[in-house]
Amino acid sequence: MVTQETPAGSGNQRTRYLKIENITKKFGDFVALQDISLDIYKGEFICFLGPSGCGKTTLLRAIAGLDIQTSGRIEQGGKDISNLPAAERNFGIVFQSYALFPNLTVSKNVGYGLVNRRMGKAAIGERVAELLDLVGLSDQGSKYPAQLSGGEQQRVALARALATSPGLLLLDEPLSALDAKVRVFLRQEIKALHRRLGVTTIMVTHDQEEALTMADRIVVMNQGTIEQVGTPIEIYRNPMNRCVGDFVGIMNCLSGVVTGAASVRVGAMEFDCANGVGGLTEGQAVTVCLRPEEIAVRGVASGGANSFEARISRLEFLGSFYRATLEAERLGDMKITADFSINEVRDLTLDEGATIQIALPGEHIRIFAEA
Amino acid sequence: MTEGVTTLSAAAPLARPILSRDDWIMRWGMLVLGVWLSVAVVLPLYTLLSKGLEDHAGRFVGLANFAEFFATPVLFNSIYNSLTIAIISTVITITLAFVYAYALTRSCMPGKGIFKGIAMVPILAPSLLPAISLVYLFGNQGMIKGVLMGETIYGPIGIVMGEVFWTFPHALIIIITALSMADARLYEAAESLGTSKLRTFFTVTLPGARYGVISACFVVFTLVITDFGVPKVIGGQYNVLATDVYKQVIGQQNFQMGAVVGMVLLVPAVLAFIADRIIQRKQVALISARAVPYHPKPKTRFDMAMMGFCCVVGFMILGIIAVDAFASFIQLWPYNLTLTLYNYDFDLRDGGGWASYRNSIVMASYTAVIGTVIIFAGAYLVEKIRGFTVIRSLVQFMCIIPLAVPGLVLGLAYIFFFNHPDNPLEFVYGTMAILVICTVTHFYTVSHLTATTALKQMDPEFEAVSMSLKVPFYKTFWRVTVPVCVPAILDISIYLFVNAMTTVSAVVFIYSADTTLASVAVLNMDDAGEVASAAAMGMMIVCTSAGVRVLHALLTRGIARASQAWRVR
Ligand SMILES: Nc1ncnc2c1ncn2[C@@H]1O[C@H](COP(=O)(O)OP(=O)(O)OP(=O)(O)O)[C@@H](O)[C@H]1O
Ligand SMILES: [Mg+2]
Repeated sequence: MVTQETPAGSGNQRTRYLKIENITKKFGDFVALQDISLDIYKGEFICFLGPSGCGKTTLLRAIAGLDIQTSGRIEQGGKDISNLPAAERNFGIVFQSYALFPNLTVSKNVGYGLVNRRMGKAAIGERVAELLDLVGLSDQGSKYPAQLSGGEQQRVALARALATSPGLLLLDEPLSALDAKVRVFLRQEIKALHRRLGVTTIMVTHDQEEALTMADRIVVMNQGTIEQVGTPIEIYRNPMNRCVGDFVGIMNCLSGVVTGAASVRVGAMEFDCANGVGGLTEGQAVTVCLRPEEIAVRGVASGGANSFEARISRLEFLGSFYRATLEAERLGDMKITADFSINEVRDLTLDEGATIQIALPGEHIRIFAEA
Repeated sequence: MTEGVTTLSAAAPLARPILSRDDWIMRWGMLVLGVWLSVAVVLPLYTLLSKGLEDHAGRFVGLANFAEFFATPVLFNSIYNSLTIAIISTVITITLAFVYAYALTRSCMPGKGIFKGIAMVPILAPSLLPAISLVYLFGNQGMIKGVLMGETIYGPIGIVMGEVFWTFPHALIIIITALSMADARLYEAAESLGTSKLRTFFTVTLPGARYGVISACFVVFTLVITDFGVPKVIGGQYNVLATDVYKQVIGQQNFQMGAVVGMVLLVPAVLAFIADRIIQRKQVALISARAVPYHPKPKTRFDMAMMGFCCVVGFMILGIIAVDAFASFIQLWPYNLTLTLYNYDFDLRDGGGWASYRNSIVMASYTAVIGTVIIFAGAYLVEKIRGFTVIRSLVQFMCIIPLAVPGLVLGLAYIFFFNHPDNPLEFVYGTMAILVICTVTHFYTVSHLTATTALKQMDPEFEAVSMSLKVPFYKTFWRVTVPVCVPAILDISIYLFVNAMTTVSAVVFIYSADTTLASVAVLNMDDAGEVASAAAMGMMIVCTSAGVRVLHALLTRGIARASQAWRVR
């Protein structure tokens, strides 16, 4: 199990809030979660990231007590909650569908959990107003959910989940039903809200950009297991394996063979890799990985380290940069994706069909044993 | 990384979920529902089955009663007669209903709403009513007796005509649904390939609707084979299974043979039920989520032909009702045609008088209210309970059984079960309560399915949200589930009310002198030769059902208006 003990980005006091130990969840014979262990610290914003069907929702529902795990322990705030029903746990939840009560006004929805708590009418009204203000819907209290836009509904659901001041906020793909623009806006809103309230938050997503921009730490999952836990930078820069690298961001994956303590051969090219080959023996088949934006094109001298000639077979303008598909004789049929800045394209007059000199910087190359 | 084997880590303790208060309440609720359904469905049926294996003194005799049944040609012949009637009626009803439904869904004829409304009228009447009208039309002194060219209406001809009238709307509803699910893209494809209209009909329309048509066939077949109102009034010497049960039990007090015939009657009903379930399961997979609804284009000649057909059918339906209404206001057909209200003076006649009408209203009201509460709450429990899988499946199964049990069989089972001296529940025998229990049970399944469909359309996470907010489930049920499901709840209650008004088969065995019902009064007055009064009581039932339906429509519209702010269309 790979669990990096990295605390919340800013917090210097790292109190553990949630301790997940060896959680396994089976549906009949199907193992949806396998032996998951994870620590979450107070005030953290955690994202569960992974492909569809990898068990993110299952893990979230186990934490909530909505679908209790088959085996394993969960501790929240020092208390063993493994077997407690959801109603006796301390969390607020927002679903992808929002699950707003259609026949109740926005105010009634937000105050739904308060009515049950022996609060006076006036106190409830005050708290609801405060929450609506918090999510920027002060003047929408008397509307019904169907009269709101998707983004507004999402914020009502958020306010309702926060109304009872839960210790843990669970969000299951809260933004996936929204269109791109609203999504980006709400990302910032949720982040700002998290900063203000400091509530420990777990968000499920399969959108890597969402995870990278919002999370203090990302938990990358695949097929019911955790692949890697780390800050967005760590995950992006140092993926533990090809799978993580492939899923978070774009990754060039070339097949090669280890030829020395710090060198690999891909096609007819010999690459030096500054990070070494991770103790793999010579002759071992490996995958050589490199991010498209790490590929150097400016000031690459012919015959320099890891450099070779390549032809631009495709050049796509993607707004703030260009994405190029490169072919090189020395790599055989393997193609490389490279991202070039607008400056580079202009200064070096890169164009489709042009032949250029590129380098794969050794310090950015990552080597993974072929499975 | 993990090793790919699914062994549990040795340290990981197995989860032993603690049940919440909600879970406990739901489980108790589920148990109560289970006990209720056992008493109302399972135990009576069990008693009936064991009764068939006993002799008059209650000794176990194995299959002796069955041997006697199959050795008695009069009884045995009824199987043949019942099947004949059921098959002929099914073929005619389905053909008429298909063309009618085709007109309503695939033509641009005017007045579709009115034609649909007219087609639903038979649902408002007990099955005795069309039979009485047919007697007035084609009987020995019938108005247009000559049409039969010497054949008698008292027998298979009359039974088939009555059954077709009575089962028509049931078939129509199902076929309309099947035809409305058509995918316009298929028709566009056929047209672009230059396929002829006729060929399109046979290669696109029929296959698309086939499951609906088959389902309608089973429904009509079962309704006909288990109906006893029509053959009772107009069957003459032509015996069918349903009338045999009645004759054995009421006429000869031969309960054992009644039970045997009842079980024989159960066989085709159960087989049709199972076949229909299998087919419906297939159909679900057939509906593509991306289907584009089909919108017919005006074609004058076709539309006019369709409208002509609907006019003829509609005229016949209204004609049958009109004949009954007319007969109820005539002094003495065919000798004295002066108009009179004399036939409505039910207190002068056997059969329970006006009290039976009042009883029916009371019974239907109780059935609608109590039935809706039990059925909706029950469907909610079955749908929302967490865990408890074995009991849940068991209860779910018990909710479905009543659909396969003919009313006569249910009523007979109730006699055996509730009239048993050792039964602590014997005190309900002969009361209004047993009539309500029996009627709720008789119509349980359709209502249960309506409730389940409505509940399935709600966001499944409402309960999860309530749990996270620590609001007990019953508060959310009351504040959210019920308001959102009001249309379905109203549908269920109106369905129960109208059926309670019109049903004869189940209650005919268990009413008492104090709890005579309007529908039974129609039967008894007809039996006693007071046919005009029977027609009059039939009209009372039709008018009451129709009135309640109108009320329901107004209420539904009012609620739709009041909730349009939040209801997503
Ligand atoms: N109630 C259930 N019964 C059987 N299998 C289930 C059940 N719930 C989930 N699964 C299976 O468990 C696996 C994990 O499901 P889960 O919903 O956790 O995926 P996810 O990571 O949230 O995916 P997505 O991004 O699509 O929401 C899936 O393969 C799913 O089919
Ligand atoms: Mg999910």
